[in-house]
Amino acid sequence: MTATAEAPTKAGEVPSFDVTLRIQRMDPDGTPDHPAGEEYWEEFTLTMHGTDRVLDALHKIKWDVDGSLAFRRSCAHGVCGSDAMRINAKNRLACKTLLKDLNPKRPITIEPIKGLPVEKDLIVDMEPFFASYREIMPFLMTSGPTPERERLQSPEERARFDDTTKCIMCAACTTSCPVFWTDGQYFGPQAIVGAHRFIFDSRDEGEWDRLEILNDKAGVWKCRTAFNCTEACPRGIEVTKAISEVKKALNTGAV
Amino acid sequence: MTEHEYDVVIVGAGGAGMRAALESSQRAKTAVLTKLYPTRSHTGAAQGGMAAALANVEEDNVEWHVFDTIKGGDYLVDQDAAQILCEEAVQAVLDLEKMGLPFNRTTAGKIDQRRFGGHTRDHGKAAVRRACYAADRTGHMILQTLYQQCIKQDVEFFNEFYVLDLILNDDPQSAEGKDVAVAGVIAYELSTGQIHTFRAKSVIFATGGAGKVFKTTSNAHTLTGDGMALALRRGIPLEDMEFFQFHPTGLAGLGILLSEAARGEGGILRNSEGERFMERYAPTIKDLAPRDVVARAMANEVREGRGCGPNKDYVLLDLTHLEPAHIDEKLPDITEFARTYLGVEPYTEPVPVFPTAHYAMGGVPTTNNAEVLRNNHDTIKGLYAAGEVACVSVHGSNRLGTNSLLDINVFGRRAGIAAAEYALTTEGYDLPADASALVSDQVEKLRATVGGGGTERVADIRRELQATMDRNVQVFRTSESLAEAHTLVGELQARFKNIAIHDRGARFNTDLLEAVELGFLLDLAEVVILGAEHRKESRGGHYREDFPTRDDKNFMKHTMAYKTKDGIRLDTKPVVVTKYQPMERKY
Ligand SMILES: Cc1cc2nc3c(=O)[nH]c(=O)nc-3n(C[C@H](O)[C@H](O)[C@H](O)COP(=O)(O)OP(=O)(O)OC[C@H]3O[C@@H](n4cnc5c(N)ncnc54)[C@H](O)[C@@H]3O)c2cc1C
Ligand code: SF4
Ligand code: FES
Repeated sequence: MTATAEAPTKAGEVPSFDVTLRIQRMDPDGTPDHPAGEEYWEEFTLTMHGTDRVLDALHKIKWDVDGSLAFRRSCAHGVCGSDAMRINAKNRLACKTLLKDLNPKRPITIEPIKGLPVEKDLIVDMEPFFASYREIMPFLMTSGPTPERERLQSPEERARFDDTTKCIMCAACTTSCPVFWTDGQYFGPQAIVGAHRFIFDSRDEGEWDRLEILNDKAGVWKCRTAFNCTEACPRGIEVTKAISEVKKALNTGAV
Repeated sequence: MTEHEYDVVIVGAGGAGMRAALESSQRAKTAVLTKLYPTRSHTGAAQGGMAAALANVEEDNVEWHVFDTIKGGDYLVDQDAAQILCEEAVQAVLDLEKMGLPFNRTTAGKIDQRRFGGHTRDHGKAAVRRACYAADRTGHMILQTLYQQCIKQDVEFFNEFYVLDLILNDDPQSAEGKDVAVAGVIAYELSTGQIHTFRAKSVIFATGGAGKVFKTTSNAHTLTGDGMALALRRGIPLEDMEFFQFHPTGLAGLGILLSEAARGEGGILRNSEGERFMERYAPTIKDLAPRDVVARAMANEVREGRGCGPNKDYVLLDLTHLEPAHIDEKLPDITEFARTYLGVEPYTEPVPVFPTAHYAMGGVPTTNNAEVLRNNHDTIKGLYAAGEVACVSVHGSNRLGTNSLLDINVFGRRAGIAAAEYALTTEGYDLPADASALVSDQVEKLRATVGGGGTERVADIRRELQATMDRNVQVFRTSESLAEAHTLVGELQARFKNIAIHDRGARFNTDLLEAVELGFLLDLAEVVILGAEHRKESRGGHYREDFPTRDDKNFMKHTMAYKTKDGIRLDTKPVVVTKYQPMERKY
């Protein structure tokens, strides 16, 4: 096909529409109407365009309506993992979710991800999440002398753990997990994804150290295969599959 | 206020900052201060690869890489620095592999390599496979691997700490030969609004780029040139700020990057007439001409009315003649960007693209050991810079693709070693009693604007700044466009004094910090414009329509911009030439 001036050029054609965002707010310093720490809902109606994402709408509020609205973001195209939030009751990245895909005729609800302490509006304390990641020893472990050149690895061996290398640590999976919500101990899916990436790396020799950690009471056996994590993952990682591969390694004693 | 004391403080936890931390923390007590969680840094957005003459798949050598880097930079590269970059490249890649980076592999199990613009065999004879890569997520893998190693080494991070001032013991513009040294930094903690002072024997700036000076950019919202602006405000010069790289293929209207690999795999650029217009601009290598050449050609098509879309303001990247399977295998992430953000299916529809502000070649001037220069000769004791914030200069006036991921590893490592070794030889300097005064004052003044008399909105000024820069200081520049930008930025700086923010709170006050970041952008925009006005020639990423050729006689030198009480003063610094005399840059 040859491109011509008549080719569809969606970028400029999509009409504008009105959309209402219903945002869960909380100000740790308090506002004139809401005491410190109170959670409440606030609605904003905006005129947006078909190519706009939820992040654009949040920016529009912050930049033009209410600068105190707090949320994290950086890359704005789904690679840094800053802006996972609950959008219409599902965990997604605001920068990767188009408004038009959400039925803008109905108010769009936006809440912080669940299971981590809310700090302000859509910002949660990520420390417990990163602490779980650190627990599983997420670094290459080898023994013996360091080779002069690269360690060899076949394309097939490399492919074995490709899926879990894509993780951007956005926490969408972990904070969509019903076990994580109710059980303060569980590492959560992301830590298992992080461990999987090394356990199945042919160069790594620390797999049993990690598997032992994951065999713990806070580990993989807590997973009840709800599949929420896989659905939530903005990188398309098969999180549940990774978890079951770890379970299988523990059951069979083979990686 | 909380006081801290370290041997080495690293500002920034992208590739450069964390590579430095791995070296420094083994040798000296080190803290890493970063406004983002380390894994959110924009190094993670890099797609294509990291250059090194490993010669894993075909003949290659360091010397060819050095030559390509110098020629690619249109001879404004410091040739001794380029030599170091390319010599240390091989070890830098092998180091990452040993840390666990999952590079793509050849059938023999070695690190695989692919072609990238401007990297050639034997001084330009043909394209060479020099880019080591991990799918189209090389930067993501580098960032993750370095973070993982930092966890292993128990590196101490201060996450979501914004460094807002740099404290020196003396004025960096004092006479040559005088000792000027670093004393520490002042940081604002996002979660509490508290101000922290860090006394440090060495400080490394690794704060990344400044793409948000422009509207259309591949850079993150947080890339506001903080390190550059802080240095400038404290009297440290900035080098070659007029050189910005505009990457040809940003998603139209959004600026999100589609890697050069799209054209490497056979993608073709077309105008509204369906014409493969690059045939006219670069008859031999067409769509694979260097970034600056392609970006200008695209902008010219639009300007002459051959743009596409309702506003005729972009061209099309056509992949429709490629097999879908091939696209899926080689370009999965970027084709997903086109689907997600523009709703365009690259199998069957061409993708709207336009040049996007991508990379700052200029920055804080350093020696080859990452020591920050306060003039053409003297360094500031204990102050280092590495990564996109720095200007060594290995990129000259145009960076080659894949040379930045290399830069952050080579010079990040050098900075970490040098900073720690220096720290072990000195007692450092005490912070003055009022060290944090400037920052507390700035923060308090901004808080006081809430509900006060200010009438200007931060977002409006930022939008106008970015629009002005896109309109006047992008791919094409003229004395008129630059003069217009100069006037407008001056007006915006004046209006900035009259802003009001919304959020008075202490915790997670990103409203306040966006105002601070806008201040950085305004300062830097002025330096970019002044450098561009002064440079009456065209070289690499800087193209003056009124001076369309390179002028080695008058301009083969670096620009040095100093902030003084009478405004910005421009000076020059000689280019280091070792082997390669300037030649015409043809591909
Ligand atoms: C989309 C894209 C694709 C790219 N692809 C490639 C490629 O394929 N190959 C290649 O070689 N190059 C590529 N580049 C360029 C390269 O990725 C960057 O130049 C490089 O990663 C910059 O690394 P850095 O460590 O200097 O900065 P960054 O990774 O941007 O990190 C900056 C750090 O500084 C911190 N920081 C900033 N300001 C402050 C402050 N005031 N206080 C505290 N902390 C602060 C941030 O938190 C962050 O941790 C690409 C760039 C982009 C945008
Ligand atoms: S596995 Fe997916 S959802 Fe979970 S943290 Fe990683 S990228 Fe996010
Ligand atoms: S802002 Fe980076 S993932 Fe959304």
